[in-house]
Amino acid sequence: MKNEIELYFDGISNNESLARVTVAAFVAHLNPTLEELADIKTAVSEAVTNSIIHGYENYHGYGKYTGSIPAYLPVHTGKVRLYCLLEKDVLHIEVSDKGRGIENIDKAMEPLYTTRPELERSGMGFAFMEAFMDDLEVESTPGQGTTVRMKKKMTAGSWFDGEE
Amino acid sequence: MEEFHVIDNCLMVRLPEEIDHHRAGYIAEQADCYIAQNAVEHVVFDFEDTKFMDSSGIGIIAGRYKQISCLGGKVYAIHVNRQIGRMLHMSGISSLVDIR
Repeated sequence: MKNEIELYFDGISNNESLARVTVAAFVAHLNPTLEELADIKTAVSEAVTNSIIHGYENYHGYGKYTGSIPAYLPVHTGKVRLYCLLEKDVLHIEVSDKGRGIENIDKAMEPLYTTRPELERSGMGFAFMEAFMDDLEVESTPGQGTTVRMKKKMTAGSWFDGEE
Repeated sequence: MEEFHVIDNCLMVRLPEEIDHHRAGYIAEQADCYIAQNAVEHVVFDFEDTKFMDSSGIGIIAGRYKQISCLGGKVYAIHVNRQIGRMLHMSGISSLVDIR
């Protein structure tokens, strides 16, 4: 059993829910537990939000923004790519952007570290991805973009082994 | 949809079904307006309707805590489910906020 999807969308905060609902629908036929679904949705939401506000610096979904640009206009028109692969019982998720990238990945992954305290970012994004998924890999080149790769073993997996 | 009610010196924030960064800014901004206009001392976040939250929810609570705590107020989180409770504990915010 192998299944994959690829989705490109604008790096604006309206699409955060689109991304996590898409992944939830992608694994729905596995009958995941509510907890598994919540874990996956949270991890996807964190990764996509990172791409939008840190990668492309489109924080206008954030009500506090009082700049001169109207809230519905993204500054950066870059796309976020969401790729999912279901291989047997393992779900692979890749979220990538072509935004500004991360200079120090180790630092960025430290819990509570944030470059945007003024946006009330908690600095827990990577910590949650790490905790809620089984595996997390971050690849980034400053000025070129970031790719986050996550893996999670689904408990419904044994059912698939029997089918093949 | 989120709802705000001021009862005595408490602000009750009934949080929406999904809390992500897209919605978080608006909720934080609204809560701040209510706090400033109504001499609010304590803030209660009600998670009864909330089925999804990511780290932006932590940001909302931490931001309100900063404002309220310097004037001696307390922040409460009620109807917290397992998943949200886990996130509150992992972020360390559970030591600042009274979780019921």
